[in-house]
Amino acid sequence: MSKQLLLGDESIAQAALDAGISGVYAYPGTPSTEITEYIQNSPLNGERKIHNRWCTNEKTAMEASLGMSFVGKRALVCMKHVGMNVAADSFINSAVTGVNGGLIVVAADDPSMHSSQNEQDSRFYGDFALVPIFEPGNQQEAYDMTYGGFEFSEKIGEPVIMRMVTRLAHSRSGVEFKSLKPQNEVSFGEDPRQFVLLPAIARKRYKILLGKQEAMIKASEESIYNRYIDGPNKKLGIIACGIGYNYLMENNPNGCEYPVLKIGQYPLPKKQLMKLCNECKEILVIEDGQPFVEKKIQGYLSIGIKVRGRLDGTFPQDGELTPDSVAKALGKENKRNFDMPDIVEMRPPALCQGCGHRDMYTVLTEVLKKEYPSHKVFGDIGCYTLGAGAPFFAINSCVDMGASITMAKGAADGGLYPSVAVIGDSTFTHSGMTGLLDCVNEKADVTIIISDNETTAMTGGQDSAGTGKIEAICTGIGVDPKHIRVVIPLKKNYDEMKKILREEIQYHGVSVIIPRRECIQTLARKNRKK
Amino acid sequence: MKKDIILSGVGGQGILSIATVIGKAALKEGLYLKQAEVHGMSQRGGDVQSNLRLSDKPIASDLISIGKCDLIISLEPMEALRYLPYLSKDGWLVTSETPLINIPNYPDQTKLMDTIDKLPHKIVLDVDNVAKEVGSTRVANIVLLGATIPFLGMNYQLIQESIKNIFQRKGDAIVELNLKALAAGKGIAEKLIQ
Repeated sequence: MSKQLLLGDESIAQAALDAGISGVYAYPGTPSTEITEYIQNSPLNGERKIHNRWCTNEKTAMEASLGMSFVGKRALVCMKHVGMNVAADSFINSAVTGVNGGLIVVAADDPSMHSSQNEQDSRFYGDFALVPIFEPGNQQEAYDMTYGGFEFSEKIGEPVIMRMVTRLAHSRSGVEFKSLKPQNEVSFGEDPRQFVLLPAIARKRYKILLGKQEAMIKASEESIYNRYIDGPNKKLGIIACGIGYNYLMENNPNGCEYPVLKIGQYPLPKKQLMKLCNECKEILVIEDGQPFVEKKIQGYLSIGIKVRGRLDGTFPQDGELTPDSVAKALGKENKRNFDMPDIVEMRPPALCQGCGHRDMYTVLTEVLKKEYPSHKVFGDIGCYTLGAGAPFFAINSCVDMGASITMAKGAADGGLYPSVAVIGDSTFTHSGMTGLLDCVNEKADVTIIISDNETTAMTGGQDSAGTGKIEAICTGIGVDPKHIRVVIPLKKNYDEMKKILREEIQYHGVSVIIPRRECIQTLARKNRKK
Repeated sequence: MKKDIILSGVGGQGILSIATVIGKAALKEGLYLKQAEVHGMSQRGGDVQSNLRLSDKPIASDLISIGKCDLIISLEPMEALRYLPYLSKDGWLVTSETPLINIPNYPDQTKLMDTIDKLPHKIVLDVDNVAKEVGSTRVANIVLLGATIPFLGMNYQLIQESIKNIFQRKGDAIVELNLKALAAGKGIAEKLIQ
């Protein structure tokens, strides 16, 4: 079969389809979004009734995928790295319950924070939960590891992590497909109490999980994704993980003079590591993300073999790996022929012209800056985070999904007035609803703006779980309907919007203002389709 | 054969459409290909780039190394300069001359053009005007692609076929328009390097 040009993300999606999944569960998040979108656009999902709708957040996605595994079917769950924090409760416990149908958890990390708030490395989650991790180095490996990963997950009875990084997730290359497998039939595990994590059962299950660790290491030692490539010069041994191997080979097109251990599957293969450390004087670890392997090899006290990597300054501790940083580590620094001229200015992203968030921020800043100089605005994660920049400079925080509402509450509890939250519709249903209940239960003096563009816009316009339900959700949670105010964010409505904003700030209780106008990007797309 | 290409522009300009045409042609020619793109936040009017690597041998890295890029293709003149550290000594820069000004501190345009003029190997063209003359400003990207033909190291017919392939579902008129745009860009570049 000829090769198809696929993104790393799409390679995972195609492989999951070919491996016979019955469902994908996900909340959009860069750089993981394209996996689910690919499955949504595949003709196979209709024929095979593959679940593919977006979930409300990563935790609901993780739990639903575990439910699908419970009935013996294969499921894929996808999220960006910080989504792992949201899903962590169910994810960690899914290692204790184990799985029935194969379950792959894709965690797409974002070193260099191209579209994120931190650089956390999801390999630590695999280590923490005691489950295997795959880390593909190229698009074909992403396909092959996913395709074989379901069977592996079923064999060891555990979920497995597929760790991606931005550069692979969003890079295209030719990928060869394997044959289409049938979907699993409904079946239940042998132990009817496997998923009942009462302490007495959880203790047994945890021992079972611990007992599997040796088998997982053995699987890594025998894995085709962990390769020992010998080299004549034993002064240095190189451990190259995932795409780090590509950068190593980019700088050694005719092969590497040092022995190399290419890592694509964890837990780390002990046998090969031992060989490398016994034969070589010094070890260089090339890994994208945080120094996960480096720390393990070196140990806290650094009393064993000398290890170079991110901790000793061979690589910077932050930011993604590049072919240039690897070249430098190998003593082959790439030279510039031209510098970037001084006249080149930064061009940060900005809210689209005509976006409803712009109108919301215009009104908000005009009223607050002039009339309430003591105000603070707590922002959230989405396009409207761009209100932090010019010309608005409107928000004072952006921490994690949902934190606008709860931080505004905490600040109000501490005496701040006016305490304002700005959150989008999709982020509100993702993680804002529970915080709103806290506000209602304590009659917090907060003004919450749910800027509703009826989509998950920042990631490209995916369905938003709360579309058409925002007022009902707020009423249901207990916000006084008199203080749920809907406005249309347009220039002609500025006076009305200002009046409502003033009234709700002056009301000393929970108010929700909902400026609602469809995202101009999704609207334009719909119009083009017509 | 090995070509390392950086495509640059501003989010929304459509640099990836150029990459798609080259990519399809490269696959037809049986070349290896890697194409790293920027998705997510930067697409909202920020600077965007794509690394496109073609070779007759397997390609290791998805990213191009500093000082080793053969060709910068840019839909915006200031964005063209952002990636100069990646350009090889003999590399070419092919850029649209029309600035997209969406920041308050956009550089002085005369200074900007002077800086580009000082580069040893560059093609600067008014893609929008050429596209308009050809028939529609919507084919500006293809005009720019045409201007890269002398430096692309790929068979011109393959690029033409690739365009036919991509646009055929939009009808013959659109295919013709794009082929004309491609030829117009190619013609200008060939004249400029004579």
